[in-house]
Amino acid sequence: MSFEGPWPYIYIAIAGWLATDFWRWSGVIAGNRIDEKSEVLNWVRAVATALVAAVIAKLIFFPTGTLESSPLWLRLGAVLAGALFFFFGGRFRQILGIAAAIAFLAAGLAIIGA
Amino acid sequence: MTAETAPDHNSHTHWFLIGMRGLFSLPAIILMLSFVGFAAFTAEAKIPVGQVMFMTGMVWALPAKVILVGSMLSGAHIATAFLAVTLSSVRMMPMVAALIPEIRTSRTPTWLLLIVSHFVAITAWVFAMEHVRDVPRYGRVAFFAGFGITLTLTNIVLVGLVYGAVSEFPPIVSGCLFFLTPVYFLTSIWISARHRVIYWALGIGLAFGYLFAVIAPEYDILLTGIIGGTLAWLGERMLRQREGKR
Repeated sequence: MSFEGPWPYIYIAIAGWLATDFWRWSGVIAGNRIDEKSEVLNWVRAVATALVAAVIAKLIFFPTGTLESSPLWLRLGAVLAGALFFFFGGRFRQILGIAAAIAFLAAGLAIIGA
Repeated sequence: MTAETAPDHNSHTHWFLIGMRGLFSLPAIILMLSFVGFAAFTAEAKIPVGQVMFMTGMVWALPAKVILVGSMLSGAHIATAFLAVTLSSVRMMPMVAALIPEIRTSRTPTWLLLIVSHFVAITAWVFAMEHVRDVPRYGRVAFFAGFGITLTLTNIVLVGLVYGAVSEFPPIVSGCLFFLTPVYFLTSIWISARHRVIYWALGIGLAFGYLFAVIAPEYDILLTGIIGGTLAWLGERMLRQREGKR
């Protein structure tokens, strides 16, 4: 498509903005009817978490860009290294876990010559 | 998040400002790095910078924008693009629906929640679910708005600034930038979980996410959410009821 004139902006507004905010607004309407202590909210929480987990799994198992050609064992090894530091990291476990995973990945990419 | 510097703990402005301060948090910084990557991607694809900034503000969710850009590049019909983007964004609904009961009070007007909901995307959602318990209920909408609006505006400006500046990163750098996002999401969801069902949903969601990406890649996120989430909820509930009987 051409990127000239107002058309791309209309395209983005309809196929981008309306297509995403429709679901956010539906979420507000649904969330407004849910009691904070109800079993329904527990289910909604589980579904929302599983959706985000699916996005995470996709990023790890089927990455795009540079990592697309990297070996799976390297990516899984990085997650495992991160988990190890995360679960034994004490107070700074989040930053330690993330740093360990990225360091493992960077070292692996350097060794295999990415 | 503490509020020791604030003069008035009762005002919405105060909690809005505390939310704004979230810009200097780990998740916000990781998201900004992802947007640097997105700017590089769109610059390479030759999408004009004005349109990139416009979609950053209007769409906000990064996965939806990547799909939108893909549709624009392939010259897809606007209806086809709408369908692809909307399918990728169904997850917004349960995410927002899980967040709303946590942040509203009985007097929060719906129109305000509709506006604030625009700033929900994975990062803001994970951040809000993690920190909102430390904010008194009346300040939660202001807190989330302060964080979400600041993060969105900052990234619109950031995309505009780095668009012309970023050339291709060395592969190791772009690979590590990419990997920050899943690793950060994993740690944050684990830390912010207040219910056992979250751990179950995370574990089952990861396994099913892989499984459905292989067998039904078009609808993998949606199927994982509904089937995996429901199984996690059922399993955890059965265990809870059994524990209750004992």
